[in-house]
Amino acid sequence: MKSAVLVFPGINRERDMARTLRLVSGGEPAMVWHAETALPAGTDLVVIPGGFSYGDYLRCGAIAARAPIMDAVRAHAARGGLVLAVCNGFQIACEAGLLPGVLMRNAALKFICRDIFLKVERSDTPFTRGYNAGQVIKVPTAHGEGNYTADADTIARLEGEGRVAFRYTAPDGRLDPQWNVNGSSNAIAGILNERGNVLGLMPHPENHVEASIGSTDGRGLFAGLTQHFDKAA
Amino acid sequence: MKARVTVTLRPGILDPQGKAIEGALKSLGVGGIASVRQGKVFDIEIDGADKARAEAALKEAAEKLLANTVIENYRIEVTG
Repeated sequence: MKSAVLVFPGINRERDMARTLRLVSGGEPAMVWHAETALPAGTDLVVIPGGFSYGDYLRCGAIAARAPIMDAVRAHAARGGLVLAVCNGFQIACEAGLLPGVLMRNAALKFICRDIFLKVERSDTPFTRGYNAGQVIKVPTAHGEGNYTADADTIARLEGEGRVAFRYTAPDGRLDPQWNVNGSSNAIAGILNERGNVLGLMPHPENHVEASIGSTDGRGLFAGLTQHFDKAA
Repeated sequence: MKARVTVTLRPGILDPQGKAIEGALKSLGVGGIASVRQGKVFDIEIDGADKARAEAALKEAAEKLLANTVIENYRIEVTG
């Protein structure tokens, strides 16, 4: 799997992401600066990592979404290439029009930095094939603006087309407003685009891939992606 | 020329920041406040004196960057 991690000013999770990609896929990811206009030849997976691009000025992800590299990312997605957008990356992907909707200020107005539980809604995507449908994973979250919102038609389409990939739940997989930490519509934590090749996800699976951290629940996402490309090759 | 672009949340979009400000005003004892919705103001200086061209540029700026039209409305004023 050839992966490329985008780097914007103010991003701070790119090295965690690169470390995880190296560890799980065995390949060295390319780090791609936002001012570039092309991705490295043969890129399979583009990762938009988390952080605070441009200091969250204007709206989270708004300025990064207009960076020169994003035209190449849109072209990659239009060709069916995979894009994984995590945290600020999810916000950037929404602002760039790669995914519908928007991530608003958390309903409780607080920055949330702790482990949360996600239910994997389906296992038949390149991003979730490393999990079983219905499986609950524990991963860290760290954001102030993760409250997923879209108009009622968009939410109905996401649900109807099975494009909600991850949902915030209680540890036993039960939907519970108390565990929907940021107040997202329908407890949505991660969504797919129409074609299923772009995933936006608010929490950080890349930080739970090593036993020394206390959980390897995030590993399935990267192991699944690696398998996806190994099989295709 | 000077211009102002005002960006506000669309009606019906939940505004937790506005709600917090509303609560703070009420706790300060400021009377008669029914509700608060917050937004952004951009004061922009325009090159040249062509008002129609200025309005077109401001509309482009608002659509491309200043507002996220999924959740926000914008208003353009060229103030001369």
